[in-house]
Amino acid sequence: MICMVVDDSRVVRKVAKRIVQDTGFECVEAENGKEAYELCSQNMPDAILLDWNMPVMSGIEFLEKLRQIEGVKQPKVIFCTTENDVEHIQRAINAGADEYIMKPFDGDIIASKFQQVGLLQAQDKA
Amino acid sequence: MRITDFELYKDILIERSGLTLSPDKSYLLDSRLTPVAKKWGYETMDALSAALRGVPEPGLVDDVVEAMTTNETSFFRDKRPFDTFQETLLPYMIETRARRKSLRIWSAACSSGQEPYSLSMLINDIEQQLAGWRIEITGTDISREILQKAQAGEYSQFEVQRGLPIQLLMKFFEQHESGWKIKDEIRKTVDYKYFNLLDNMAPLGVFDIVYCRNVLIYFDEKTKADVLSRIAQQLEPDGILCLGGAETVLGITDIFKPIPGLRGVYCKSSHTHALENKVSADVAQA
Repeated sequence: MICMVVDDSRVVRKVAKRIVQDTGFECVEAENGKEAYELCSQNMPDAILLDWNMPVMSGIEFLEKLRQIEGVKQPKVIFCTTENDVEHIQRAINAGADEYIMKPFDGDIIASKFQQVGLLQAQDKA
Repeated sequence: MRITDFELYKDILIERSGLTLSPDKSYLLDSRLTPVAKKWGYETMDALSAALRGVPEPGLVDDVVEAMTTNETSFFRDKRPFDTFQETLLPYMIETRARRKSLRIWSAACSSGQEPYSLSMLINDIEQQLAGWRIEITGTDISREILQKAQAGEYSQFEVQRGLPIQLLMKFFEQHESGWKIKDEIRKTVDYKYFNLLDNMAPLGVFDIVYCRNVLIYFDEKTKADVLSRIAQQLEPDGILCLGGAETVLGITDIFKPIPGLRGVYCKSSHTHALENKVSADVAQA
């Protein structure tokens, strides 16, 4: 399974990549929506962790374009952003986001969101 | 922390709550008890220990027990038990309670309310089907402080992100300055009560489903058996007990038996439960 991390911050990509790999995904990176769209056109990932504010093409623009692609298995898209007000969350859902993470995040939150969108099995633990 | 102090807190905890404190958890004591020491005006942990060895005020002992009891939880914790509730237990209860149109659920050791609220959100999802029903969800805990938080229904951004699907956050929560608050339509469905699992359970009444997840692991074997046998008395003959995925009744009591195919779900051994056959048939069909 492949997860694409789309964020203009190299530090965030590095942290997210480590968490994503720890949950068992292969990770590819893109630093804005345009680059992410080009990569998706070549090889569609299974999941995308997506920042909102990025230069060149924002996360929401990318998602709207991505959801228009037909004839492919659409990836699960999880927004991962500092935009944490109701309006932004609703706009993301309307654009086709499957889940939404409000920064700051940690490994447990990402794993829990992957579970919710059906990419990871829930673990029974004490 | 000195070994003698560890023994003191271990004894207080088991006597007051039935919970066992293993030496590997001793590191938790300092971080959890320092705020208690401060609150009661003791400058050091040694001073707090000395006070507890004397004739401590009851409120101090309550605070110590409260600080040491575990409050880890999240919305839809472990996911699978809630899938089971939605797909199997709730439909069974609706079918078998159709005449009396009532359902009573107990979330024992509910901590800050995420478990009972998660159940309430799933029930709300089919509210039209349950028109005219009386649904009671009781949440109990040994910590008064955590019950206040549960009652307030206010959660930080971190708390709502653990396990709560974004669609449910949008549907059932309102944003406020320090995080998110659960809407009254869900908040008012849960009745919170202070309750110690070692106490007489009869005043709580009889339930259709009891959630007692990740609590028994903190009790010794004798206490586990005692708590389970008293929970059985508070369950309808075809009532359901849900334990944590890492817990079991096997080897502890024969009052309950697991329902095959439903992990963590138990019924009374004295009862041939309709779900035993149904789940087996579903598994065979799949």
